[in-house]
Amino acid sequence: MTVPSGAVVEVDRLVREFTVREPVPGRRLRRRARRVRAVDEMTFAVGPGEAVGYIGANGAGKSTTIKMLAGILVPTAGSVRTCGLEPIRDRRALSRRIGVVFGQRSQLWWDLPLSESFAILGAIHRLEPDALASRRAELVEELELVEFWSTPVRQLSLGQRMRAEVAAALLHRPELVVLDEPTIGLDVLSKQRLREFLVHERRTRGTTLLLTTHDMGDVERLCERVLVVDHGRLAYDGTLSGLGATVAAERILVVDLAEPVADLQVPGTRHLGSEGEGVRQRLAFDPATTTAAAVLAAVQTRAEVRDLSVAEPDVEDVVRRLWARNRAVGAGGRPGSA
Amino acid sequence: MSPVTESRLRAGLLWSLVRAGFAEQAHYRLAVAAGLFTNVVFGFIRAAVLFAALDASTTAFAGYDRATLGGYVWISQALLGAVTLMVPVSPVEERIKNGDIAVDYLRPVPLVAAFALPAVGRAAYSLLPRGVPAVVVGLLTTGWFLPATPGPYLLGALSVAVAVVASYLGVHCIGLLGFWVVDTRGIKAFYGILGTFLAGLFVPVDLFPEWLRTLAAFTPFPTFLQYPVDVLSGRVLGAAAWQHLGVQLAWGLGLLALALLLERLGRRHLEVQGG
Repeated sequence: MTVPSGAVVEVDRLVREFTVREPVPGRRLRRRARRVRAVDEMTFAVGPGEAVGYIGANGAGKSTTIKMLAGILVPTAGSVRTCGLEPIRDRRALSRRIGVVFGQRSQLWWDLPLSESFAILGAIHRLEPDALASRRAELVEELELVEFWSTPVRQLSLGQRMRAEVAAALLHRPELVVLDEPTIGLDVLSKQRLREFLVHERRTRGTTLLLTTHDMGDVERLCERVLVVDHGRLAYDGTLSGLGATVAAERILVVDLAEPVADLQVPGTRHLGSEGEGVRQRLAFDPATTTAAAVLAAVQTRAEVRDLSVAEPDVEDVVRRLWARNRAVGAGGRPGSA
Repeated sequence: MSPVTESRLRAGLLWSLVRAGFAEQAHYRLAVAAGLFTNVVFGFIRAAVLFAALDASTTAFAGYDRATLGGYVWISQALLGAVTLMVPVSPVEERIKNGDIAVDYLRPVPLVAAFALPAVGRAAYSLLPRGVPAVVVGLLTTGWFLPATPGPYLLGALSVAVAVVASYLGVHCIGLLGFWVVDTRGIKAFYGILGTFLAGLFVPVDLFPEWLRTLAAFTPFPTFLQYPVDVLSGRVLGAAAWQHLGVQLAWGLGLLALALLLERLGRRHLEVQGG
């Protein structure tokens, strides 16, 4: 993939190793040190304004890469440049230009209301009072923070807190926003709000977005480019639709019917299973060839639908299939290097 | 950005971090009340023991009489909530352990500032509600011990401020050891026991035998409690008081340098160990 000059993120044969100490069998006090490669010769670049989904299974090396981009971890080998800066050496300057959200960590003051946290963050980033006030007003409105603006952070729900976390990371108008699992544990509505906000932010400010996620929905709605990482190596770099073509990302429609019905056979779907003698049935379909609405309409001609849900495939599922396909092809080369 | 704007924004940052600590502490009013209660009870016990020792003593008792000894006990009780001594724990340690330190590293502020300034705010909050009542109880039960001239109050305020910062920096350094040591409980217990004793919490440092006083002088602990108590109570005056303040500042700067060094080494180590 070609990247416009002046890339926001440039990673070149990046390597990161960790030392793992493990007990030696039979020798109770002895421990053996073993080097583990979390990131293995990774090379990619992200241009200004791009939205990139960085996906892979747990332990694939996603967070390690992000920590190197942000200047928290030093690479073992290779090079990384973020916003044209060297992350470790120029971390002070870099921290003013990037915003990072770690889904599992908080940057807010637990005992203080959001209003206080944002005042402190404004001071930390040395924002002029006017600049702080206008940006804060913008974020409060777009992320709908006003109803819990004076509530101590420890009393917020997860969805409220994550919206606040994203606002906190974007307060200083960073040109690169890195989100590590931003929607983990969120309900559908909160996810939706957060995604809409990020889309809006990108459109209005041209912010570059890099996010890791387990949620295919995040990738579909936010990213035009996907990097799949597996065992520290880049397994795929290209568009999401390209990835979908390589390993059809199926949806699963679960319907609860008014009364037991024989296994449904709907064109364009695969019947995965039935429960309660056919009261609940599961159908897999490819969103590229049909829609949930069309499948549902077809089901409704045969039975009365009481309830339904649509499950999105897990990123790990997609990666697993990508690799299974890759092995089937043989060679061991990297698939789909677009 | 002009230098004036720059320094104004920097002052704003310092102030907002101090205020954050103050506001955080304000959420724990019950803890402040409980702390006051403990301070007062403990003060009575200490006063009783030391008065008994004074009555039984045949020596000069380092120049203490009933009033000045009462002043030592109750002023030190008043400062106990503000200086970090009894519970030598810094929040930085917890954040290193659970990995939240990554968030702190992403900010354009040194760790030591991000943690020491809120500690000053917390101390400021507990100083008045815990300190003033302790002194009042002391005055009611042992008689007048406060100095009559303004000097000790002015220098005393400075001395207390330095002791608050320096004593926090001490536990901050202990907390930063969390980069290398998985469990610092033993180190903290040692620091707490040695520190409270050498700071002069149980027995005034001037009553220590010669060798122990010398040993104490090689540690920062007396400057965390005994020194501000001496200055504030007017036990040391004029040049001697300024000398106390100078020694306090020297230890404070030394601990600041150590904290910055550990921060730098710790960053490199975290890079080795992974986040």
